[in-house]
Amino acid sequence: MDTFAINLLNGLCWGMLLFLISVGLTTVFGVMGVLNFAHGSLFMLGAYVAMQIMEWIPNFWIGLIIGPVVVAGLGIFIEVFLLRPVYRRDVTFQLLLTFAVLLVLDDAVRLIWGPAYHIVDPPPLLSGTISFFDQSYPLYRLFLLCFGPVVGLSLWFFFQKTRWGKVIRAAALDREMAEGVGIQVPRLFTLVFALGTWLAALGGALSAPYQSIGPSLGEKIIIESFIVVVVGGLGSFPGAFIGAIALGLLESFGTMFAGRVQMALPYLLLIVVLLFRPRGIFGKEV
Amino acid sequence: MVHQKIGRILEYPFSGLIVFLVLGLFVPLVIPTYWVMVVTEILIMGLFATSFNLLFGYCGLLSFGQAGFFGVGAYVTALLLSKGVGSYILICIASITATLIAAYFIGYLCVRRDEIFFAMLSLGFGMMLFTIAHNWREVTGGSDGLPLSTVPPVDLGFSKISLFHPLHGYYFVLAFVFVGLCILQVVVHSHFGLMLKASRENKERLAFSGGNVASVRLVAFLMAGGLSGLAGMLFCIFNRMATPDMLHWSFSAKPVLMTILGGAEVFWGPFVGAVIFFVLEQLVTNITENWMFVLGLLLIPIVLFFPRGILGTVLNLMKSSGRGSHGQ
Repeated sequence: MDTFAINLLNGLCWGMLLFLISVGLTTVFGVMGVLNFAHGSLFMLGAYVAMQIMEWIPNFWIGLIIGPVVVAGLGIFIEVFLLRPVYRRDVTFQLLLTFAVLLVLDDAVRLIWGPAYHIVDPPPLLSGTISFFDQSYPLYRLFLLCFGPVVGLSLWFFFQKTRWGKVIRAAALDREMAEGVGIQVPRLFTLVFALGTWLAALGGALSAPYQSIGPSLGEKIIIESFIVVVVGGLGSFPGAFIGAIALGLLESFGTMFAGRVQMALPYLLLIVVLLFRPRGIFGKEV
Repeated sequence: MVHQKIGRILEYPFSGLIVFLVLGLFVPLVIPTYWVMVVTEILIMGLFATSFNLLFGYCGLLSFGQAGFFGVGAYVTALLLSKGVGSYILICIASITATLIAAYFIGYLCVRRDEIFFAMLSLGFGMMLFTIAHNWREVTGGSDGLPLSTVPPVDLGFSKISLFHPLHGYYFVLAFVFVGLCILQVVVHSHFGLMLKASRENKERLAFSGGNVASVRLVAFLMAGGLSGLAGMLFCIFNRMATPDMLHWSFSAKPVLMTILGGAEVFWGPFVGAVIFFVLEQLVTNITENWMFVLGLLLIPIVLFFPRGILGTVLNLMKSSGRGSHGQ
């Protein structure tokens, strides 16, 4: 029972981080039709930049707030100078372009911060453990568990209830029509990409005290977030949530039940979903 | 006049193979031993990239799991060699057969999907093969891979040739790569090659005119898989080991990058891309460790401004200047 509860919490916690990353990826795809291969690297960059700021100003929260904003600025640069010329091209070209961005960012991180792993301590308020079920559990992970749904709900509110959210959904549904009624779609795309980058970097900054930060972080996370968004349905918001939680739980319980096969489980999930429901669980939604 | 001649030579389909063979036979005689090793690797990866491009350039299918087949070929070779099998013909047949079996099952399930879904599905299957190589320790040696203590000599009947000599190893690889490229060149120029291009340009129309899109794609998938397996076999013999990294998706990215560098629309694009890739790698790693950074910086303008790749752009310029002088 104890291991079950711990696995459940670990899975949910990892799922929340995966959700933060995938929701940016799926929004960018849903609105702009670009599958961003560099998304994982932006996640990693978020972790590194937040860590750097925390070193300069020893306050976790300042790093958490400023770090993702800095990375979002880089996102604007990428969108304006690199992505804009390839919107009308084949999807695979956009995938390849963002792959080149991934190569540059991953090596830039290695160049600036070195190949070693870094550890970030959680803020004093959230360090230490809390005990229940006769077991102790890190407080920071519980914080992540609560933070994920808060971000998810506020994004949902933003997309469903605010004017800007509705404008973005309109542009995603029909670009020409949106332009016709006076929406400035290019500026909107820049904003959406910045939002997606910000979400990825926020996930990275939040994950800094959760796991050690190394230059291969982006490579690992991008495939997992691809699995999440494809399983959930490309462009789907609830899909990213369900997909992330499913993958998080699968990975934490996989070590318990599947042993050595555990490493293959995410890919198995991806393959089964693509074969039987190619558009994902929540496919065809905006 | 010169331009016209160049144009005519460029249009002759097998001139590329002749140039390749002449360069392949004589270049290693005039370069230092270290570069012979580099060129051997270029040959292997060039075959790998060209077989990948049968799917990408001709069918429009971006396979992100091609390293899986490369790895199957490498592991079958390593297993047979470590069991004491000495016949390279037998090893070649076995590794291609094993790769074809894997490619048949995976291809059967993949070819009905397009674009991103095909890319993701092939990525998933490739990573499944990776996890098998990584975790089935009893057979594959786990994350350490299968190192080969020795490579048997090639028996030509009248004499036995040791592959430990870099030049011998090079010509051994060249023979297989040449055969592989010949097969690909013939396929691309055949009736079937036209069907492949048709399936990329307009698959509904191909279906309406009686072509079976799925089976055309499946045959291309099998060919690309089988020849990737052959490249994997050569890579295993050349490096004297098979490791799980050879199946990882980041290894699958290599033929993709080479193809973009050289150009996906021309047959020799991926091969020229492989040449550029390795020569640049040698030059850049002399100066800095961060080779991927330079590669990424190079790829961004190529994707943005020269989507035909380096060879594709050059050939296009030569053709159009040839046509210009023809008009005069």
